[in-house]
Amino acid sequence: MTRMSIAAALNAGLRKALEADRHVMLMGEDIGRLGGVFRVTDGLQKDFGPARVIDTPLAESAIVGTAVGLAMRGYRPVVEIQFDGFVYPAYDQIVNQVARLHSRSGGTQRMPIVIRIPYGGGIGAIEHHSESPEAQFVMTPGLKVLAPSSPHDAYWMVQQAVASDDPIVLMEPKRRYWETGEVGDDPDPLWSSQVRRPGGDATLVTYGPMVATCLAAAEAAAAEDREIEVVDLRTLSPLDLAPVVASVRRTGRVVVVHEAQRTLGLGAEVAARITEQCFFHLEAPVGRVTGYDIHYPPSRAEEHFLPDVDRILDAVDATFDAAGAELASSERPGGIA
Amino acid sequence: MHPSLSTTASPAAAAFDESDLVRLLTPDGRRVEHPDAAWSGSEDDLLALHRDMVLTRRIDTEGYALQRHGELGLWPPSLGQEAVQVGTARALRPHDMAFPTYRDHGVTWVRGVPPERLLGLYRGSEQGGWDPAEHGVALPAIIIGAQTLHAAGYAMGVLMDEAVGHDDAAKDAAVAVYLGDGATSQGDTLEALSWAASFTLPVVFVIENNQYAISTPTNRPGGVPLVRRADGFGIPGVRVDGNDVLACRAVMETALQRARDGRGPTLIEAVTFRRGAHTTSDDPTRYRESAEEEYWEARDPIARVRALLDATGSHAEALAALDAEADALGEHLRAACRAVPDPDLADLFDRMYVESTPELQEQREAVLAWRALGDEEAAR
Ligand SMILES: Cc1ncc(C[n+]2csc(CCOP(=O)(O)OP(=O)(O)O)c2C)c(N)n1
Repeated sequence: MTRMSIAAALNAGLRKALEADRHVMLMGEDIGRLGGVFRVTDGLQKDFGPARVIDTPLAESAIVGTAVGLAMRGYRPVVEIQFDGFVYPAYDQIVNQVARLHSRSGGTQRMPIVIRIPYGGGIGAIEHHSESPEAQFVMTPGLKVLAPSSPHDAYWMVQQAVASDDPIVLMEPKRRYWETGEVGDDPDPLWSSQVRRPGGDATLVTYGPMVATCLAAAEAAAAEDREIEVVDLRTLSPLDLAPVVASVRRTGRVVVVHEAQRTLGLGAEVAARITEQCFFHLEAPVGRVTGYDIHYPPSRAEEHFLPDVDRILDAVDATFDAAGAELASSERPGGIA
Repeated sequence: MHPSLSTTASPAAAAFDESDLVRLLTPDGRRVEHPDAAWSGSEDDLLALHRDMVLTRRIDTEGYALQRHGELGLWPPSLGQEAVQVGTARALRPHDMAFPTYRDHGVTWVRGVPPERLLGLYRGSEQGGWDPAEHGVALPAIIIGAQTLHAAGYAMGVLMDEAVGHDDAAKDAAVAVYLGDGATSQGDTLEALSWAASFTLPVVFVIENNQYAISTPTNRPGGVPLVRRADGFGIPGVRVDGNDVLACRAVMETALQRARDGRGPTLIEAVTFRRGAHTTSDDPTRYRESAEEEYWEARDPIARVRALLDATGSHAEALAALDAEADALGEHLRAACRAVPDPDLADLFDRMYVESTPELQEQREAVLAWRALGDEEAAR
């Protein structure tokens, strides 16, 4: 057991993966000599050489497109997209090539590619640096999507992702890169959700950077004698909803929380499935607290866009308030001040 | 529209400049020499190239006819492009890798993909359907230009495997990527050229300049040939007569050798013409003149090799055997096309992932149960 930050955990995990298999290689902009703009790949080029930790030209489609060819040659490329908003030039290669080639080849051509994306807001960045595009990958058949929320998951998940023969998008919670936690000796099963805090009164379902926010909300609720269970999805595609369903059947009340815009965000899918599987256990409609359906705002307004403890607790309150229950899913007054 | 914004004016065939083309066989079938390219193959080599082209053309004719008979949803004809496809692909060695487009039936033929496997894609039974590693040829790219990056990446792998520069045919490998003139406008192609130049990759870009991207004539701003794009990336460029199978083979051999030696990429512009429609859903009479088509018909890649063969001796027996072989291939394709199985529903779910997911398994069981119910009802 060691204590470290999420960034350090990813770095250590990548180091392990590079050591474990000589076919593992990293590519991205500024990941070598600089160690990446978030230093996640710090020191790796020095130790593994410029042929395994490659500083690429500034060309996102090429970073992903050449990873396809490398995978065909037997390599296991881990590519870094510098920021969430820059993944779109590579979107075509991800969706039309990476996601499809295994199926197109009748199941013969493997695409063991990991696409690392530092994502989400809360760091006061300029535009295109705070996006949450996860749903676009979740809705793409052929891809798998992971969202670690802790150093422990970051360390193990990146290694599990590299070892997987399927293409994986790793959504890294960039605002939590520097938060520290314990890294245990054993990984959790890759495709599993986890209860982060038990509680019998209501359920919060979330992932990535919002796990910490939801835990803070649960902590605040506990001070007022309300016990909230927090489920961290961890794996966004495939979803592991069994722990969510079990929790909601016990609590009867649930709110889904994510940073991404609301319309057709992951919360929409989770809410629909909870309704399908827990309808007769629900005491109130499934609530959602999400970003709004606007572009990620200029950083001076991001505190209003990002779900925070108050908005989350307000939505939980609504599930207890029969009269207000139907408001739980819509914008409550005073949303974006 | 302002005239300067128009890109659809038909290029005048008469103004076509052939002076800078590498050529070893004239349109009327005479051997000529060129300072930068040489062909020293035997009579049998010549017959073999001729055979590949004839059989490629037969695959194409059958594909076209099968579409017209409603057996295929679509077919992209390769008529007229046999020399560039066969000539360049025959310069590849077994452990080289080729990245073709949807029109490169000659390339997949040369690489040994059974031609009936191509039909699955256009019949709607498959989305590719072979193992790229088995034949050393990737699945044809439908997204224009995407394959240029796959080739660059594969070439990075070749470098990392230290599979260049040994001066040993068994060890050295190279990569070939095929693209159309239209694809040179795509960002991916420019990124791939930049990448290949930056990392000195063992990859050869073969532009099949067949004059049109669907209806849009080759974009030559200021009359600059596509081959000159190479200059900006600091890599060698060669402009070759794409209807001359000997020249295509010769320049490709040089380019591949350069790649295998570890000296980096080459850009080849093969000047040719797509004699058929873009695909079976296209009507070329709306965007090109019959004079242009006649000009290119007189440059037919098979006819000129045939003229050379006729001039060098009697090949009556071999040519008769080839006719019979082509007929047999046609018959085989017609039967094989109807025998291509419909997509297997379970299979579509099973090949999504190497390691399937519980959710997908659930959906798979549900759809199979639903189908079984339907079948039961139909049987009643
Ligand atoms: C990214 C993309 N845009 C558009 C198309 C539709 N499309 C298919 S073929 C084609 C023209 C391609 O021309 P060229 O690269 O010259 O190749 P050719 O078909 O002449 O062999 C177009 C526009 C496509 N397949 N992919």
